[in-house]
Amino acid sequence: MMKSKADEEDYWNSSKFKAFTFDDEDDEFTKLKESRQAVNSICGLVEEEEDEDEVEKVSWSGEPVGSISWSVRETASSLREQSFPKIDTTPSLPKNSSGYSLSSLFKGKTKSFQSFSEVLSDSSVRLYAPELRKPKSEYKDYVSDWSPEETVHRMQQGKAVSLEKFRSLQEKLLLLDEAVGVHDGNVITAVLIYLKKSLSKEVLFRELESRQTALRHFIHYLTESKEQRLLLELYRALGRTEDEALLQYKEHLRITDENKRRDFLKSCVSLPFSPEDAGHVQDHYTLLERQIIIEATDRQAETGGKVEIFQKFPRRASILNMPLITTLYYCCFYHYAETEGTYSSPANIRQTFRIAEKQYFVTALAARAKLKAWHDVDALFTSRNWLGFTRKKSPLSFSRVADILSKNNAPVQVLQEYVGLVDDVELRVALAQKYKCHFIVISTYRDLKDRQLLLGYRGKVERGSEEERKIDELLSNPQIRWKN
Amino acid sequence: MAHSARRDSPELPDFSVLKRLARDQLIYLLEQLPGKKDLFIEADLMSPLDRIANVSTLKQHEVDKLYKVEYKPVVSTSDQLCFLIRPRIQTVKWVCDVVNADKAAGKFKRYKIIFTPQKFYACETVLEEQGIFGDVSTDEWAFYLLPLDEDIINLELPEFFRDNFLEGDQRWVRTGGSALHLFHSIYGPFSKVYGIGRCSKMVYESWREQVKEGEQKARQAEVGTVFLIDRDVDFVTPLCSQVVYEGLVDDIFRIKCGCVEFGPDVTSSDKSIKVMLNSQDKVFNEIRNEHFSNVFGFLSQKARNLQTAYDKRRGMDIKQMKTFVSEELKGLKQEHRLLSLHIGASESMMKKKTKQDFQELLKTEHSLLEGFEIRECISFIEEHINRQVSMIESLRLLCLLSLTENGLLPKDYRSLKAQYLQSYGVDHLLTFANLKQLGLLVEQQPGETLTVMESKMGKLVNDKTAGKLTDAFSSLAKKSNFRALSRRLSLVPKSDEEYDLRVPRDMAYIFSGAYIPLSCKLIEQVLERDGWTGLEEVTRLLNGHEFAVTGSNGADLRPQSDAQRIILVMFLGGCTFSEISALRFLGRERGYKFIVLTTAITNSARLIEAMLDNHV
Repeated sequence: MMKSKADEEDYWNSSKFKAFTFDDEDDEFTKLKESRQAVNSICGLVEEEEDEDEVEKVSWSGEPVGSISWSVRETASSLREQSFPKIDTTPSLPKNSSGYSLSSLFKGKTKSFQSFSEVLSDSSVRLYAPELRKPKSEYKDYVSDWSPEETVHRMQQGKAVSLEKFRSLQEKLLLLDEAVGVHDGNVITAVLIYLKKSLSKEVLFRELESRQTALRHFIHYLTESKEQRLLLELYRALGRTEDEALLQYKEHLRITDENKRRDFLKSCVSLPFSPEDAGHVQDHYTLLERQIIIEATDRQAETGGKVEIFQKFPRRASILNMPLITTLYYCCFYHYAETEGTYSSPANIRQTFRIAEKQYFVTALAARAKLKAWHDVDALFTSRNWLGFTRKKSPLSFSRVADILSKNNAPVQVLQEYVGLVDDVELRVALAQKYKCHFIVISTYRDLKDRQLLLGYRGKVERGSEEERKIDELLSNPQIRWKN
Repeated sequence: MAHSARRDSPELPDFSVLKRLARDQLIYLLEQLPGKKDLFIEADLMSPLDRIANVSTLKQHEVDKLYKVEYKPVVSTSDQLCFLIRPRIQTVKWVCDVVNADKAAGKFKRYKIIFTPQKFYACETVLEEQGIFGDVSTDEWAFYLLPLDEDIINLELPEFFRDNFLEGDQRWVRTGGSALHLFHSIYGPFSKVYGIGRCSKMVYESWREQVKEGEQKARQAEVGTVFLIDRDVDFVTPLCSQVVYEGLVDDIFRIKCGCVEFGPDVTSSDKSIKVMLNSQDKVFNEIRNEHFSNVFGFLSQKARNLQTAYDKRRGMDIKQMKTFVSEELKGLKQEHRLLSLHIGASESMMKKKTKQDFQELLKTEHSLLEGFEIRECISFIEEHINRQVSMIESLRLLCLLSLTENGLLPKDYRSLKAQYLQSYGVDHLLTFANLKQLGLLVEQQPGETLTVMESKMGKLVNDKTAGKLTDAFSSLAKKSNFRALSRRLSLVPKSDEEYDLRVPRDMAYIFSGAYIPLSCKLIEQVLERDGWTGLEEVTRLLNGHEFAVTGSNGADLRPQSDAQRIILVMFLGGCTFSEISALRFLGRERGYKFIVLTTAITNSARLIEAMLDNHV
C-alpha cells in the first residue's frame, strides 16, 4: 500500500492535535489584516507591469563578469607580519572532559595544562628528539629527508610528501603527535590513514588509546568511509562496549525488509547496552514484532471489506516502523473495544510497554475524539466512588482535555461538560468564551453574583436565543443577591 | 522604529570585492580544463554559487550543461566532466563510481574535481583506493568568504558544527584560519584579537602561522579588532525561540543563504516566490531587528504612508503627474510589493505560532532561563512529548532544561527519555547518545560524592592546586554552570520590571526582555574591559580557553580610530540571526560596527537536526 508522503503526514498528523485555534479577537492581528486590505486595495490603483521580477531577483543574479586579469595570486598576497603572540592550545581533550588528570597533579608537574596523551603515553617516545635537517632542495627526490615537523608543515600547505620513510613505530608516532600538535584535522587523518595501512590493528589501537584527539579523528574517518567492522573492533579493543552496541544497533536502519529487521533487532537485545537502553531495544523488537502481526491482520480485514471501521476510515499508511505512541493511537482508533487478550488491544499495548497513565489518556482521548465517539470519551473520565456515585476524574487538567477535544472539533455540548470542570474560575470563563460555551459563562457569572458582567455578556449572545432567555431569567430572579 | 544611532559610527568596509575574488578564481579554475565541459555542482553549493556568478558567466567559460550532484549515474555526452564539490568522502566515492562506470563502458573522458574551500587527504585516498588517482585532476577553489549582507559574511559550512564539536574532528580548523587570513589580508591588519573556546584558540594559531608564512605588505587597516567565539561556549542562546523578525522568519521559513521562499500562504496567490532578505530591501531593513510585537504597528503605519503617497496624485496637473510617474512611482510600487510580502509573512507566522500555543512555550522557556517553577516546565515538556508535538521542539526544550539546570535529575532523565522514545521512536537512542556526548542533554552526577572527594583532596594539596582540582571535578561533571553565569553577568533581568520592547534598553529585547544572550554579553564585557580582566570567575565557569592578544608593529592601536571600532566577530559553529540583531543593537549603543563572520547561520532546529542519527 503505497501512499504519497503528504497523505501519510496528513494521517499521522491527526494524532498531533494540529487543529486551528486562532483567536479572531486579537487586536494586533486585526490591525495587520486591515493593513493588508489597505495595501491590497492599492493594487487597483497601479497597473501591474514590469515589476514582476523586481523582487524575484534571486537566481543567477550577478554583476557583469569581472576580468580574469585579477590575478588569483595577487589576492592571496598577505600582509606585514603583526608578530602576534603564540597562545597555548595544548589541551587535547574535548572541552567537556577533564582538561586535567588527577595523576598529573600528584606527580608534581608544574605545567598547567596537561593532556591525557602526555600523562598516559610512554614518555620515552617524547624524549626522542628528531634530528632536524634542512631541506636541501624542493625536489621530490629529497622528500624523504623531511623531519616529522617539516613533513607535517608541508602537508598543511598541500605540498607533496612521502610518508614511507617513517618506518619505525617511534617515527610513526612522532609524526602523528606532530600532526596533532598543529591542530590540523586534515593532516591528522592523513597520517592515520598511513598508520592504518602500515601498522597492525592491535598496535594501532593500543597507541590510539592514549591519544584521544587522534583517536576521535580515526573513529570519524572510519565512520565516514563506512568501515563498520574495523570500527566495531576498535570499540571492542578499547572496551567501549556501549558505543559498540549502539553502532551495531544503528545497522537496523539499513534493513528495509520488516521481517529481517525484526530478526536483526532481536539479535541486538543481547548487545552490551546499559541496562536502561537494553530495555528500550527490547521494546523496539517487541513493538516491531507486534506491528508485523497487526499489519498483516488489518490489511486482510481491509481488503476483505467486511470490517466497517476500515471501510469508513480507510488506513492511509502502514503501521510498520511507527513509534509506540502512534501505534497506540492506531489501536485506539481501530481496535478500541478489543479484549486484553489480543495483540492489538490498547489495554494490552499499554500493559506490555508500561505506558504511563497520562500518556495513555492523551492518546486514547485523541483517537476517540477523532472518531467522534463521545460516549467513549465520557467513559474515559468516569469513575465511581465507594458510594456508587459517578464523578469525572482525569490525569491531565480539564483545560487540556478541552483543548484536545476542541482541536478534534468536538461540539459545544461535549466541550462544555469539560470546560465546566475547570477549577480556576478565570481560566474557566476564558476557555468558555474561547469555545463559545455560553451556558458555562452564564452560570459562572451567576455563581459570582456579578450582575454587571452578566449584563455585558447579554450583548454577546445571539438575539432570541436560549442563552439570552437564560440571562434574562437570571437577571429578573429576585432570589439572587447580586453583588453589583 | 528609528534608533538614535551614534553619529560617529564608523562606515563598514565594502565586501563586494570578496565576491569578485571568488568568481575570478572559479573562472581561472574552469579555464584549467579548456574546451566544452559539463559541470556537476554539489547541491548545497548551488545557492552560494548563485550569489557570486550566473549561468552566463559559466557559459562564457565553456560550461555546456549544469547538473546537480544527486548520487545517481550520470547522463552526460560531454567528453569533459567537471565536479564542483565539498571535500566529502561520500561525494568523492560517487565521482569514482561515475569514472569507473565510464571506464568499464570503454568511454574515455577527462575529469576534474574542484574541491571547495579546500581538499582533504581522505578524499584523495578514496581516488587512490578506487584506482582512478591520476585519471582525475583535482583543484581547490578557495571560496571561503561569502558576503550575505553588508555586515554578515558566511563560510556556508554547516557541517563545521557537528564535525568539530560532536566528532572532535579538527579538519575545519585550518579552514577557519585561512578564512580569517583572507579577511585579514584584505581588510586588516588586525591589532587586537580576543577569543574564547578551544576551537577559537586553534583557529587563531592557524591564522597566525599563515600570516607568518605570507608575504608582507603594509596598508591602512579597515578592521582592527577581532573576537573569536566557539559555539559551545553558549548553547543556551541558539536553543531559544527567536522572536526578532529576521530570526522568526528563519525559524519558520528557513532562510537559505540570505534568501527565503515564501509559499502561497504568504503571497496569497498560487505560487511561491523567492525573496532576498538583506539591507537592500528597505522594508525588511527597518523591521529585521525588531521584536515581532512591534512589527505589526510598523507595517500598518507604512501601509498608511504608502496610501498617502499614492493619493498625492489626486489633483495633480499633467506636469506634476509626469514628475510623479518618473520619479516616485517606481519606488512606491517596489515598496508596495515588499510591504505586502512582509505583511503576508507576518500574518502567516502569527497563524502558525498561535496554532502551537506559542505563548505557553515562551513562558516555559523564560521560566527555564530564570530557574523558576522547574517542575511546571518539566510537566509542560512531558505533555509536549506525550502529544507528539514536534520531535525537534521537544528535544530543544529538553536540552534547554538540561543546560540551565546543569543536567537532569536521574529519575527525570530516565522518565523523559523513555517517554521520548515511545513518542518518536526507539532509534532516537542514537540521538540521545550524541546529545550526551556533546553535553547538551545529560544526567546530573550525584553531587555529594564529588564534594566529599573535593574537600578531602583539598586538604592534601595547596590552595592553587585545590582550585585546579575543583576545575577537574566540575568539568568531569560536564557542568554548564548556566545559573552562576547568569547571576555573574546579570543575563536575566528582574522579572518584576516592565520591559518596553519598543524602546529596548539592552540586548535582552531580542528575547522579549527575558534574557541577554550570553555570547553577546561576553563580547560586550570584553570590549568594555579591553580584555578578560575582572572576568576570571566567568571564564572559569566557561571552562577557560580565553585569550586576548595584541599585534605589535605597524597596526593602528589608537582605541578611538575607526578601524578599532569595527569589530569582526567570528562564530565557530554558527550564530543565529537573533545574536546578529543583538550585536547590531550593541553597536548602535556604543558606537561600534560589528561584522559577523560565521561558519553558518544556525537556529535551534538546525542545531538539533545536526545531532540526529536516526537515519542511515
